[in-house]
This record gives sequence, C-alpha cells and structure tokens, in this order.
Amino acid sequence: MINTIKNQLASHSILGPFGALVFAILFFSTQSPIFLTPHNLSLILQQVMVLGVLAIGQTLIILTAGIDLSCGMIMVIGSIVMAKLVAVSGWPVWMAVSCGIVISSFIAMGNGLLVTKIKLPPFIVTLGMSNIAFAMNQLYSEAQTVTNLPSNLTFLGERINFFDGYINYGVFLFLFLFLLMGFALKYTAPGRHIYAIGNNIEAVRLAGINTTRLLVGVYTVAGFFYGVAGWLAISRSGVGDPQAGQTENLDSITAVVLGGVSLFGGRGSLFGTFIGILIIGCMRNGLILMGVPSVMQILITGVLVILAVTIDSSRRQS
Amino acid sequence: MQAENSSAQRFVIQAKGLVKRYGGLVALDGADFELRPKEILAVIGDNGAGKSTLIKSLSGAIIPDEGSIEVDGQLVHLKSPADARDAGVETVYQDLAVASAMNIAENIFLGREILLPGLRGKFLRMIDSKKMYEQAEGFMERLKIGIKSIRQAVETLSGGQRQGVAVARGAAFAKHVVILDEPTAALGVKEGNMVLDLIRKVRSEGLAVVIISHNMPHVFEIADRIHIQRLGKRVALVNPKVISTSDAVAVMTGAKLASDLPKEALAY
Repeated sequence: MINTIKNQLASHSILGPFGALVFAILFFSTQSPIFLTPHNLSLILQQVMVLGVLAIGQTLIILTAGIDLSCGMIMVIGSIVMAKLVAVSGWPVWMAVSCGIVISSFIAMGNGLLVTKIKLPPFIVTLGMSNIAFAMNQLYSEAQTVTNLPSNLTFLGERINFFDGYINYGVFLFLFLFLLMGFALKYTAPGRHIYAIGNNIEAVRLAGINTTRLLVGVYTVAGFFYGVAGWLAISRSGVGDPQAGQTENLDSITAVVLGGVSLFGGRGSLFGTFIGILIIGCMRNGLILMGVPSVMQILITGVLVILAVTIDSSRRQS
Repeated sequence: MQAENSSAQRFVIQAKGLVKRYGGLVALDGADFELRPKEILAVIGDNGAGKSTLIKSLSGAIIPDEGSIEVDGQLVHLKSPADARDAGVETVYQDLAVASAMNIAENIFLGREILLPGLRGKFLRMIDSKKMYEQAEGFMERLKIGIKSIRQAVETLSGGQRQGVAVARGAAFAKHVVILDEPTAALGVKEGNMVLDLIRKVRSEGLAVVIISHNMPHVFEIADRIHIQRLGKRVALVNPKVISTSDAVAVMTGAKLASDLPKEALAY
C-alpha cells in the first residue's frame, strides 16, 4: 500500500512543482489586482521565453546526468553572430540566423566531445567553455553592443493582439519547441535512450546503443536550442548584447530543478521544466508587482532551488 | 541439422584455445569451452581463474587474443556485445544492467524498441508502445514472473524480480544461449529459488543456459554439467550427479587433478 503511494509519487514528480505554481499564482493574485489579468499573464510568457528555450537544452543535458554551465554564454555567441552578420556585414536574415544557430550547436558539440571522448566531468567542461565563450563574445563584438538591427531580424519580438493581452511570435516558437521536444523525449527511441543514459549509462552501452554518439548528439541539440534562444534574446531586446547571458546560465538550471527534473539524471520531464519556467516567471513578475526589491527575488529563488534539490535527493534515497 | 541424432557432438557454443593477456598477466591460457543444446552449464572457478574473461569473450565484451569461437556451428568473430547478440547469445550481467527509473517493458526493449511502421518509425524513430507493452507482457507471463504491471519502474521491484526482468530480457531475444553472471548473488533463499526456477523455464523454452556462480548448492541443484576453470584453462567438465561438492571444489582449487577423479564423474 505504502509502496503504491510511493510509486505514484515517484512517477508523478510533477505534482510538487505544479502545486508550487498554483500556490504562487493564487498568492500573487491576492497581492496584486493586476497579476491575473490577461495582459500581465502574456507579459510573463514574453519574459520567460528566452530562458524557456535555453532550459529545453539544459533539460536534455541534465536528463543524461550532465549539466551545462555554458548555455547562457553559448546563447550570446549565437545572438552576437546573428546581429553582427546582419547589421555589420549585411547578410540576409535567414543566413545570419542559421549561421548563429550552427555556431552555437558546434560549440555545444565541443562540450559533448570533451565529455565523451576525453571523459571529463560535464561540470568542469562547461565551466571552462563558459569562460571561453564569454571571451569569444567580447573579442568578436569588441565588447560593443550591436545596435541598428533591422526589424526583419527581430520580428519574433513583435507583439500581436492575443485575447485581451499582447503576445509575440517568439512565445509561439517557445511553446512549439517545448511541445516538439517533449514529444520526442516521450515517444521516440532516442528520447527514451536519453533517460536510460541518465539512469545507467553502462546498461545503455551493454544494450548495444552507441552512447558516445547519443551524448554528443544531446549536447549538439542543446546548442541548437541555445542558438534559437539567442535569436529570441535579440528579438526581445532589439540589440545584440555581449554582456547578456550571465544570469541565464544558472537560471536555466534553476528552472529545470524547480520543475522536478533530477540533477542525478534520468528522471523528470520537459513538462516539469515548463512548470519550473512558469514558477520563475510568476515569481519575478509577482514580486515586482508587490514592490519587493529584486535582491529578495534572488534570495527566494535560492531557497526554492535548495528545497527542490532536497526533495529530489531524499526521493532518490528512499 | 544433420547432426540432430548425435546431439552429444553438436555444440551451441564451441570455443577452442582461447588466450587473453593483459600485459604480463595471462587471464585465459588456451581455454576450451563447449555448450550442448538445451543444457544448463555452470562455470565455476576460483577468483582469477579466468571465468569472467571466458564469459566476456563469449558475450563479445572482450576480444580474445587467440582461439576460435563457433556459435551453432558457425565460426564467429565477436567484436562487441551487439555482435554476440546478433549471433544469438544474450548475456545478463551481474551488476544488473537495468535503467532503474524506467519501466519493465522499456528495460526489456532497451536498444531494441519496436518502432511504428512506415515513416514515423523509420525517420522519426517513434516507438510502437502498444506492441511493445503487449509483447513484454507476454514474456513476463510465459516465464511466470509475478509482477503487477509491466509499466512498473524497475526500482520498485525486489532484487529477485529485478533479476527476473533481466533474465526475461535475455531469454526474449536469445536465439541460442543465455549467459547469466552470478544470477543468484545478493538474493535471499526464496528469491534465489525463484530465479533458479526461472532458469529452468528458460531452458524448457529450448535455450541453452550458461551460469557463472560461486554458490555451490545452487550450481549443484541446477546444472547439467559443470565446467571447472582454473589458471586460465578448463581443467575438467564434470557431472554434478556423480561428483561431490568437495571434489569439485578440490579440482577448482588445485587440491585434486581431473585425472584423480573417477571416470564416471567426468562429462565430456
């Protein structure tokens, strides 16, 4: 009986994050009359779309029992490449965007190769890559913000009417990518292998699956998402900012963990990460509406992360 | 096929003169191995006798430096576990190679998922869950492994049930042989017996079974023949119905030679 309940809880690790989200929404709607308006809710979606797309890549990597501390920096490389190629070199938008995404994917693939071929811990590899990518950003952009971006590069940030609020095209892209990847993780063989790797990589190897290829693939696909996130970032801000991405590095991990994905790998879902993203979005937005200083937001996020990891690790031990 | 009536001469696996060196260390020193159809062969040996190296050679996990391996009369060169599986030899490893948060069906089909027909399977690599769950259910039922649901995560199972899943996985896909590495280690009496029953069922499905075990009572209970490995060689192939446990152990440790044993105890 107790075992059944435990199984239910373990397989529904989404319940905790979902409860937290509902609680946050209820709490903030009592604190501010604006919070629950369509306008504000659509604003929250716009505020989290960049982080959301980054967190898709982060989720894939964490599911394999890895971690990526370089995602924000790789995202910025993608966005600077896109911005400079269009604004400075005058490339067509589609070519510049593709080029930015490909470069992000390649750098992330480098992480994957170091993790699999040289067998270095993902934590160290991506910490190093984060620094390398930051320096590359600064050198390539000469530490200057790239401005004067044409509107056909930043059209994802354009707002359209949506019910009573506004929404931008980027939000649709963000939601679409979540659905697509969530589907792939659940219903395709490579998706299941990603979970299996996080559970027991030796078992996956013995099952005849090429784990090196799969892991390098995961890092590369994550890089693709970082590139797309870079495009969303310049669309939203209207500039290519080489100083961006520093908070997103850790925020993406926070979102994944708040969504109930295990840092030990192999457990959790992309839907969980989506909930985690919404929790972060609601908290930031709600606390601002309440007039709470932003340093308090950081403090509360920190407490929540530690709480989420505690729950995860105690669940693992039981 | 022509040798159907002289089954003593026909082997599912026949290995000759296997040698494996690790630097100066000789793990296998010209080891022979023979497995008959539908038999349960136990491999015993002291630590360092080379039994895991022998078994890994047969399951494709390592490549021997010298010697030949035939599976069902065909000379094979096993370069990876996948090669061994293609040749019809499945191995269940001691450390239970299962993904614990994943369910039973997913574990049984790990790396061999049934894909949807048509483009969805071919290009999108989408899994045919319905078919997969049905077949997994069938395997578990046939082997009578008492589990509630095929969708249960493996980590919710007992050690014996978990071993059952691993054995079912091997039996489901093996064409010729299932190799079990210490299948009853770390199990209680009841669970150990459950796994022994399961091994007999696997044999009754027409497969040959190799078990590596340190548990002498289990070996003597279940094996048709016992392969005794010592110092990288097969020193004797004995009949557990005739030989005593203490004699088997004596040969294993070198206290006795195979030539000291009575003729009827040998089972070549």
